[in-house]
Amino acid sequence: MSESLYSPWPWYIAGPMVGLMVPLMILVGNRRWGVSSSFRHVCAIALPRRPAYLRYDWKQESWSLFFVGGAVIGGFLAAHFFPNGEVSSIAPRTRNAIAALGFDAPRGLVPAEVFSLAHVWSARGLLMVVIGGFLVGFGSRYANGCTSGHAVTGLALLEWPALVATLSFFAGGLLVTHVVYPLLF
Amino acid sequence: MRNVLYTLLGTAFGITLYKAEIISWYRIQEMFRFHSFHMYGVLFSAVAVGALSVAMMKAVLARSADGRSLTIAKRPFQHGMWIGGFVFGMGWALTGACPGPLWVHVGAGTSVMLIAIASALVGVVVYAILQPRLPH
Repeated sequence: MSESLYSPWPWYIAGPMVGLMVPLMILVGNRRWGVSSSFRHVCAIALPRRPAYLRYDWKQESWSLFFVGGAVIGGFLAAHFFPNGEVSSIAPRTRNAIAALGFDAPRGLVPAEVFSLAHVWSARGLLMVVIGGFLVGFGSRYANGCTSGHAVTGLALLEWPALVATLSFFAGGLLVTHVVYPLLF
Repeated sequence: MRNVLYTLLGTAFGITLYKAEIISWYRIQEMFRFHSFHMYGVLFSAVAVGALSVAMMKAVLARSADGRSLTIAKRPFQHGMWIGGFVFGMGWALTGACPGPLWVHVGAGTSVMLIAIASALVGVVVYAILQPRLPH
């Protein structure tokens, strides 16, 4: 048991766990599960002068903030009490590809040479953390959903617009991975 | 009470995303390079379990815990889904994290992701300002 606690979980455990969020959120409060709306609610709470898109009763949607609060707690509990080892089983071909882009060998969950407070203002940090974060926020709200709301909930509810969104997520990701990264790095 | 349940579900979600390395930038690279089945396995099995359990639940139950009928409003198609979706996908490949993982990273101690979240919030505000003028 301790072996499975400290080693990364396989997809056939994680996928069903994630998929169960859809019926459980419906069961608990008739909520359509999605994460990116939490960003909208934070903006609606924090902004003194609000554009029309941010003028609504966010208290009706507070479940979203409790959920992401729980996600932060979950990340803390996992990382502190049953962390994954430093050695990860990233595919050799991916290791080679990112080495060719100038990244260090994989350790942990993110390339520390970019994703750290010391390096966030470097060219790579600005692109990947600051601009990347901006695109995630802007794009997910423009698309009215992210991976959870479209690619999991939408597809599980058999909605075709969710498939359009999911394929577009991949199109954007493929462009960055296969065109933007090789061009810039 | 229901808020406790939402928090607990979020906690289970956060633990899962961390433990299965779904918040790993490297795993996202693997996915966009088609070098591993891991992330596809997560996505496909999540959709399958979600679809089956919703179908079963609808067959057995008529109402949610708060007594409302078990109907989730459809999300109608809009052009923002592919335009915004494409923009989102670019951000996903850059940060290696979608919104769920961004929050989980903060808990897991990747503190630089607070800056990514701040940027995402700026992105939402910019979207909110431009929304009336963007094609939808």
